[in-house]
Amino acid sequence: MAEIIVVTSGKGGVGKTTTSAALSMGLAQAGKKTVVIDFDIGLRNLDLIMNCERRVVFDFVNVIQGDSNLSQALIKDKRCENLYILPASQTRDKDALTIEGVEKILNELSDSFDYIICDSPAGIEHGAQMALYFADTAIVVTNPEVSSVRDSDRILGILQSKSRRAEAGIEPVKEKLLLTRYNPTRVEKGEMLSVDDVLEILAIPLLGVIPEDESVLKSSNEGKPVILEEKSLAGQSYSDSVQRFLGAELEHRFLDGEKKGFLKRVFGG
Amino acid sequence: MSFLDRFRDTSPKSASLAKERLKIIVAHERKTRNAPAYLPALQRDLLAAINKYVDIDMDQLQVNISEEDNQSILELNLTLPPK
Ligand SMILES: Nc1ncnc2c1ncn2[C@@H]1O[C@H](COP(=O)(O)OP(=O)(O)O)[C@@H](O)[C@H]1O
Ligand SMILES: [Mg+2]
Repeated sequence: MAEIIVVTSGKGGVGKTTTSAALSMGLAQAGKKTVVIDFDIGLRNLDLIMNCERRVVFDFVNVIQGDSNLSQALIKDKRCENLYILPASQTRDKDALTIEGVEKILNELSDSFDYIICDSPAGIEHGAQMALYFADTAIVVTNPEVSSVRDSDRILGILQSKSRRAEAGIEPVKEKLLLTRYNPTRVEKGEMLSVDDVLEILAIPLLGVIPEDESVLKSSNEGKPVILEEKSLAGQSYSDSVQRFLGAELEHRFLDGEKKGFLKRVFGG
Repeated sequence: MSFLDRFRDTSPKSASLAKERLKIIVAHERKTRNAPAYLPALQRDLLAAINKYVDIDMDQLQVNISEEDNQSILELNLTLPPK
């Protein structure tokens, strides 16, 4: 039985797809059989980040509608043999996803995988609800910024009321916070919410803090999950987060800004 | 930013302002999350009724419904403007 993980946020552009790519690659590298599903129907992007956009033949909706079977639609990653990608379709029909259709696919995947990662679309409507409905665990991706924190809180409300676990009244979805695009220097200047601020408001366990890092853009240009950039700060923090997910106890790194000298502080650096 | 601005402390820091605003809005939204669907309409009608007599804004009227031992309590909290 696979563990189903939704990567969700409410707000768009906070780093869900970046996180889904990094997390799935990290788990696969740790030896776990992992499949990552793009739930962003109509706006597929995960294929680009995973560098498999030219290999997409069938997609998620094709499988749900019976136009292809699952094994025809799954794309095997060329870098890690434990990793598979199920791309979203580019159809404009957002309602192509149904609870029954999604459930059937997840059940089928559940037999042969350890982890199923669901990359949620933005928003709190149908697509986002489909992505989180069957989750065992939710990774709530949040930026240290007012609208993102508020949207994360709304997504937590949906996880607690509209997920399968909530409806069945069984053990609730495990919630984990991943704070991304964190800029310690701005936090120290009091210009950005700190980890502690966000934790105090959302009050869920912290999986990791991913710094704002230029290598994220660079690696997305190259179609490479940033976790493969082993020297980058974002890559290292994603790697720590994966280890923590698998039970390791690691200190959070890169939470301090560069210590600036007096002149730099006065004149800017 | 001018040269002199760099020496000035722009307190209160914007991050702490962000945190205060978030605490308030998130607490408010958590309360309304489990409220009955008619609550926003009820709040609007109440506001319209009150506005016949005094001029107040939406955020000066708080309407909460809470459940306690099998009964629902409707709680109105109204801040009147200074005379
Ligand atoms: N840690 C980070 N540092 C810098 N840029 C980031 C970081 N995480 C995400 N980004 C950038 O933010 C944008 C949105 O990221 P994406 O993962 O597509 O968000 P979402 O899937 O939530 O819409 C992309 O341009 C991505 O490169
Ligand atoms: Mg995305």
